[in-house]
Amino acid sequence: MAFIEKRELLNSQSVERAITRITHEILEKNKGALNLALIGIRTRGVFLTKRIAQKIEDIEKVKVPVGIVDITLYRDDIGRTEAHPMLQKTEIPFSVTDKTIVLVDDVLFTGRTIRAALDAIMDLGRPRFVRLAVLIDRGNRELPIQANFVGRELPTTREELIQVQLMEADGIDRVVLGEEKK
Amino acid sequence: MRLRHKNLLGIKDLTAEDINLILDTAESLKEVSTRDIKKVPTLRGRTVVTLFYEASTRTRTSFELAAKRLSADIISIATSISSVTKGETLKDTGKNIEAMNPDIIIIRHPHSGAPEILARSLRPAIVNAGDGAHEHPSQALLDLFTIREKKKRIAGLKVAIVGDITHSRVARSDIYALSKLGASVTLVGPATLIPVEIEKMGVKVSYRLEDVIPESDVIIMLRIQLERITQNLFPSIREYSRIFGLNSEKLKNAKKDLIVMHPGPINRGIELDPEVADGPHSVILEQVTNGIAVRMAVLYLLLGGKEESELTN
Repeated sequence: MAFIEKRELLNSQSVERAITRITHEILEKNKGALNLALIGIRTRGVFLTKRIAQKIEDIEKVKVPVGIVDITLYRDDIGRTEAHPMLQKTEIPFSVTDKTIVLVDDVLFTGRTIRAALDAIMDLGRPRFVRLAVLIDRGNRELPIQANFVGRELPTTREELIQVQLMEADGIDRVVLGEEKK
Repeated sequence: MRLRHKNLLGIKDLTAEDINLILDTAESLKEVSTRDIKKVPTLRGRTVVTLFYEASTRTRTSFELAAKRLSADIISIATSISSVTKGETLKDTGKNIEAMNPDIIIIRHPHSGAPEILARSLRPAIVNAGDGAHEHPSQALLDLFTIREKKKRIAGLKVAIVGDITHSRVARSDIYALSKLGASVTLVGPATLIPVEIEKMGVKVSYRLEDVIPESDVIIMLRIQLERITQNLFPSIREYSRIFGLNSEKLKNAKKDLIVMHPGPINRGIELDPEVADGPHSVILEQVTNGIAVRMAVLYLLLGGKEESELTN
């Protein structure tokens, strides 16, 4: 699947500002970092999670627990599509029970990834709250799922592609709109 | 990422890439067994049947737990109490199980090639859980997983496989798997229990365990398969044990980080002295733990997402 870039939606400064704002909103909603834990969805959600955790540490001077969830085992299309990403580890080195979990992903689209991530977390315990933070909400939901913290809302059509590029994986921070090469 | 095979009949059919895919997947699945609730919904609604024509505790329990931890339904058929005792043929039994629409049949059979016979005539995926003296692929995969976990690599390691090579399907699968991933394998045992011309598989042969121990990174001890040995292949159990058994005296010259493995069940005091079996070099129980993760990976990769048209075997 080739990706043809149409235009840049967010540059590196906008990405940085969005992450900063999300961090402040999380802390405001939670009234600080007490009982807070962050869980990133592989792959780019993990990078965002680490950055948010660092910002929380800068602001509140506390380290919040950080985990990684791989949703592959909870997908609703196993056996239906052929190209799955490589199954990777879920690494949540703390008890989720009674914590306020902020689930972090780069793009919120159909909502199916979030559904799978919620099931994965619930299998590990009973959090007090689960909230959702995403860098981009591109609409087109197929399930009744909504984010609590959104970096930028970008209404798109189903055919368009949104690509979030982050320094840790792509060497640059930006969000681009594109389409699939026919 | 997916396995380009419909069945797991033997390691011989797999590429190094296939083996690494299974090991990497198993590494991710190992975490599930450490949870309080040891279950993920991945294979919900899929049915796995185990069909064992030979005794087994470890392998069958391990496959059953693997299937259950992935939420598949599993039915176990022990042939000693089934219609097989009334004279039903393997193919007929297979066809009847197929008619109940399972997704995977896991078979163990005393005759080499039995899983392949099923694979040729049945629709469900077939997993070989040991056939005669042919192959035992899931055992080799869990051996490699354990070695990789301990040594962080396979390539370049020196591995000794000691004992009854002739009757051992584990040895054959291990030889294929280790060679494909670049380890060098030395077989050790009495000449009567090492097949002639086995060097053609790319292995070395030695008749003196003491010579091989100092250079080995891994020693895989095999069980003397008394149930398969029909002629006098060695003078006595005691003599075998003295020459080819592993004890702490012989391990004095071993590398510090040598690991000792055994596919189980152990004949304590014959091929393995209790001091070694329970000692610091032994990773035998870790093999058992890892077996579940590796078998979960096999079931997941055989059932998880792929198209019929792309399958080879």
